[in-house]
Amino acid sequence: MVQGITGRDGGFHASKMREYGTRIVGGTSPGKGGTVHDGFPVFNTVSQAVKETSADTSIIFVPAPFVKDAVMEAADGGIKLIIVITEGVPTLDFIAARHYATALGARIIGPNCPGLISPGKSLVGIMPGNIFTPGRTGVISRSGTLTYEVVYNLTRAGIGQSTAVGIGGDPVAGLYFIDLLQMFQGDPDTDSIVMIGEIGGDAEERAAAFIKEHVTKPVFSFIAGRTAPADKRMGHAGAIISSGTGSAKEKIAALEAAGVVVVNEPAEIPAKLKAVV
Amino acid sequence: MKIHEYQGKELFDKMGIPTVKGVVCRSVQEALSAYGELGLKRAVVKAQVLTGGRGKAGGIKLGNNAGEIAAAAESILGMEIKGLVVDRVMVAEAVDIAAEYYFSFAVDRNAKSVVMILSREGGVEIEEVAAKTPEKIYKIPIFPFVGIPDFLAKKAASMLFDDWQLVMQGKDLIRNLYKLMVTTDASLVEVNPLVVTTEGRLIALDAKLNFDDNALFRQPEIEALFEPDEEEKRELEAKANGFSFVHLGGEIGCMVNGAGLAMATMDLIKLYGGKPANFLDIGGSSNPRKVIEAMKLLLSDKEVKVVLINIFGGITRCDDVARGLITAFNEIKTDIPIVIRLTGTNEKEGRALLEGTPFHSAETMGEAIQKAVALV
Repeated sequence: MVQGITGRDGGFHASKMREYGTRIVGGTSPGKGGTVHDGFPVFNTVSQAVKETSADTSIIFVPAPFVKDAVMEAADGGIKLIIVITEGVPTLDFIAARHYATALGARIIGPNCPGLISPGKSLVGIMPGNIFTPGRTGVISRSGTLTYEVVYNLTRAGIGQSTAVGIGGDPVAGLYFIDLLQMFQGDPDTDSIVMIGEIGGDAEERAAAFIKEHVTKPVFSFIAGRTAPADKRMGHAGAIISSGTGSAKEKIAALEAAGVVVVNEPAEIPAKLKAVV
Repeated sequence: MKIHEYQGKELFDKMGIPTVKGVVCRSVQEALSAYGELGLKRAVVKAQVLTGGRGKAGGIKLGNNAGEIAAAAESILGMEIKGLVVDRVMVAEAVDIAAEYYFSFAVDRNAKSVVMILSREGGVEIEEVAAKTPEKIYKIPIFPFVGIPDFLAKKAASMLFDDWQLVMQGKDLIRNLYKLMVTTDASLVEVNPLVVTTEGRLIALDAKLNFDDNALFRQPEIEALFEPDEEEKRELEAKANGFSFVHLGGEIGCMVNGAGLAMATMDLIKLYGGKPANFLDIGGSSNPRKVIEAMKLLLSDKEVKVVLINIFGGITRCDDVARGLITAFNEIKTDIPIVIRLTGTNEKEGRALLEGTPFHSAETMGEAIQKAVALV
């Protein structure tokens, strides 16, 4: 289901996802319950939508000030996977909403993310479906268009993807590298993993430590922001090098030490991957 | 967003967090009258700049009389700390310190919550303590819907103080600092040092606050404290157009859709031997107005010799983007060479539209960047 289905972005992407083959069963828009929008049934609340449609996944497009409530509403309504596309969500709002949703057993992807796709099966997000192709490489990324760039190169080289997940560019987010590395490691449909990181925080370093211990499938990586200056936010709220930590150099060193193949440019990934897999 | 210490101190005062008396001054004369008004004997003159390491740089000086205060203000005003010119100082009460502590609330990416950080090793850089003696730093994650119950505040204060009176003072300070953090949408509230004076008073001797840019829309009083420097003014102007912009000082101006791709574009320019002039994420739209505004922004940088446009048209169709670019460049006349790389939906149609125009068109990111570097 889509929270914010009558909005410009929510409506547009609901229809795109349906075209891709995703089972979009309806959406919410407070005050518009009972109407039909572009063929989708509209409900006032998530609870009603879940009751009527048995939706188990929700994608959120509501404006940033309302995301906290929307995430909590989804979790309360029984949704188990919540994808937040909206960017600009206040950090403390997301922290609170995530605590609430986690307590109710829901998982979140995002905010400020392009969503996820299992090519040929289902798209829950705003990714351009046509650049993906089914295959056995898993993709995890903190970025949107950079993911498309990497996937485009993979697809052109004949390397398909099992699932691609955009985890978002915010400092605090839902599922992150380690959660997804673990899922891809256990996924029988995935043989190799591409991880696209960027400056800020130490998630890549933590991922590297996890890979060393728990991931046996080959991992390939590109880290954006080698040339970024310190203390400047590079578009994404989370992409900032502060107090000497979060630089690309440290991340690349940690990943290489964990046996990850780190490339200098996205276009190198297909050749490196073909050499190993 | 960062604010000055004296502004942080004002927020502390409003929240009932104990601080010392202090007045912000922009000249030696003002410093002298502030010293007189405060009626103190010993005072401290502190540089007010939006960076750390003021003490090490000589930006904090003590004075015991008017002459010494004037000399301190004279030497600090106008000095440069990490590239920032000091245009104001705070003249504040100097207290007799018995012990120094570290205390902060910060957003922790890994704990995915606000974390209370405290240490008996105060007054020094906490990063140093963390590197050398991490066991001396305590971290307590805070449950957002619970906040700081009484017991937790007492438990935390007991990690710093052995004396019960200080624990009780510390408990109130901790709860008020947390209240300040959540009511102002701060991402960091740091007191370093938190001191106990020789009379047994607990005082926040410094106030460092950072705020969440994403929450400024509901924090007008905090937003009003923002003092952008020249670079930040340009960044703000860009933001008003829906862009993210950071000036970098090189020769190849970049216009990219998406932050990650924009960073990767900068990196690859460097990799191929060029120098990126900027980071510019124009977001996801082919609107010609956006392209025009972005071009104006890039061309206002006189060091830019080549412009590289790297657009990954996902949902946006490349032929629409190409039409947008052509419309934009009919309006903006420039002699600066422009390299365009369009990829995604309808890319062949998009590139066909660009044929016969003065643009240098490229198919891959690598090719576009090599062309741009060669044109400098």
